[in-house]
Amino acid sequence: MTIRTAILRLLPLWAVLSSLMLGMGFVFLAGAPPLQAYEDLLRGALADKFGLATTLVKTTPLLFAGLGVAVALRAGLINIGAEGQIYLGGLAAALVGLYVGPFPQIVHVSLAMLAAFVAGGMWALLPAVLRLRRGVSEVITTLLMNYIGLYVVGVVVSGPLKEPRAPYPFSPPLAPSAFLPTIIPATDAHAGIIIALVLAILVYIFLEHTPAGFQVRMVGANPSAAAYAGVNVGRTVVLAMVVSGGLAGLGGASEVMGLKHRLFDAFSPGYGYDAIVVAFLGAGQPLGVIATAGFFGALRSGANVMQRSQGVPVAVIFAIQGLAVLFLAASLAVRRRMFRWSGRPTPSAEANPS
Amino acid sequence: MSHVEGAIVLAYLAASLRMATPIGLAALGGVLSERSGVLNIGLEGMMLTGALAGAMGSYFLGGPWIGTLAALASGMLLGAGLAGLTVTLGTNQIVSGVGINLFALGFTTVVERVVLRPAGIETVPAFARFAAPGLRAVPVVGPLLASLTPLVLVTIAIAPLLAIFLYRTPWGLALRATGEVPRAADTAGINVFFVRYMAVAASGALAGAGGAFLSLGQLNLFSENMTAGRGFIALAAVILGKWDPIGALAAAFLFGAAEALQLFVQSYGFGVPYQIPSMLPYVLALAVLAGFVSRAVPPAAEGIPYQQEER
Repeated sequence: MTIRTAILRLLPLWAVLSSLMLGMGFVFLAGAPPLQAYEDLLRGALADKFGLATTLVKTTPLLFAGLGVAVALRAGLINIGAEGQIYLGGLAAALVGLYVGPFPQIVHVSLAMLAAFVAGGMWALLPAVLRLRRGVSEVITTLLMNYIGLYVVGVVVSGPLKEPRAPYPFSPPLAPSAFLPTIIPATDAHAGIIIALVLAILVYIFLEHTPAGFQVRMVGANPSAAAYAGVNVGRTVVLAMVVSGGLAGLGGASEVMGLKHRLFDAFSPGYGYDAIVVAFLGAGQPLGVIATAGFFGALRSGANVMQRSQGVPVAVIFAIQGLAVLFLAASLAVRRRMFRWSGRPTPSAEANPS
Repeated sequence: MSHVEGAIVLAYLAASLRMATPIGLAALGGVLSERSGVLNIGLEGMMLTGALAGAMGSYFLGGPWIGTLAALASGMLLGAGLAGLTVTLGTNQIVSGVGINLFALGFTTVVERVVLRPAGIETVPAFARFAAPGLRAVPVVGPLLASLTPLVLVTIAIAPLLAIFLYRTPWGLALRATGEVPRAADTAGINVFFVRYMAVAASGALAGAGGAFLSLGQLNLFSENMTAGRGFIALAAVILGKWDPIGALAAAFLFGAAEALQLFVQSYGFGVPYQIPSMLPYVLALAVLAGFVSRAVPPAAEGIPYQQEER
């Protein structure tokens, strides 16, 4: 690895650190001592069993959905619809957990996750088809479908699936055989994180070591060249979007089956939007996504502690995430220019499709 | 039509116009920016920031018009920021817009929590509805106007002005050329970078004004994430309106009417869960994009950073 490539690999880290530095300004604005607040954040996220468990819980949906967005990104597609796909996946998992069975746990969990993958994938299929058939950008359609997904779950849990006499719209509990088992005793940490990590490795193998994955990357790098080389671009776009939506759907399923054990109205606090940041900062690489999902999971977990101890609103981390994305986008663009000025070929546009 | 039915129709029309105004302003901004070749996903964040700046400007600096100016300025600032990234550096436009939206959501929420809430600011001075003496006596137009605020009419007036600007002035021609064939525009002596900067900054200003309408025209307060996806609806209105100011305004009216229907269904009950009418604008937008328009053809150079030194 040359010094140049080492510097390039470290750009996301630089972006995150710079945004954390600027984030101190917000913490200060909120009237808290920045260093003390960050220390509380760090301690809250990692210092004890409970903090660590919360970090794992928050990382899980980010990792699933981040992997989903990353697969689309590698195919040159911007899937901003992970939030809606999370909702549909959660709904499908809840339906299987409530009405199908009884089965042994392994069968029930597998069926519920399969249903969630299919539901999320179908939710992403429509934008893929609209892009191919009608020329409508998937950015707009996936955005719109987020709101529809949120309201679909809302309708279902305030009507047909509502627990009788519940004070707030939520479903009855799933059958225990559809629960994801707890992995750290006496905490919320559940097996969803293990499934997500295994999937990250599978997605890596798919993208880097299978013909279909190679086609996805070809279409992402240059669709017309891919078509010229005989790749069925339409089919590849559909495949990438369906896998992308399916992975995000699993994020919803793991929230429902591992954490809440019921389907709640508005159960995702924006994990699908954070997933875009996670995938982008992870450069669309599954292993990078593991790192960024873990980082933002820790940030979300620690931010709650920081809010309690220092009175700094959790929303500070949205501003930090936004800045991190802008910094990385800017530094990637600067890097492209540097390559051009130095007369070298531009590096692959995969992490920054435009 | 009976008197009561007439009153309901008028009230519905007025509500549609009110709901359409913020979407329409942001969509007009979207038209400008996209026609110059920059896809502005950040409209949502610029609206949200405008809503906050409008509320704070109105409270601290003196009234809704000053607030609207503050909202214009804040939107323009974010627009210039987005232009700096996408035009000068050539960053990915979608990713940059997403970044701006996240930043705006975090920033406005923090300011609301640490400035507005501790100071006990619950309402801010907002636009009054038209109330000329004898206005209500004028048939049809009178009662309609009496339930609207000035920004609604300003928005309706801006659309044809923008259309004239785009299609009948040399600047408009320069802007359209920049969005279609930037290299040719450059060759003809048009400063592509300057045009895009202006267009994106103006789109931010319009989106900011749309946000100010939310906090100063519909409600008289700022609340966390109060735009709730209207900036994205505006992006759909741009496509539905075929990147034309009048078309985008008409599309915004359609979405406004859907949102107003939601309010009516909600207030009259009908035993429908509120989510079903809430879904309506989004389903409508999707359905329209899916089937009821001919194939969408965006400006040819949209989304592509312009690089002078490349051939």
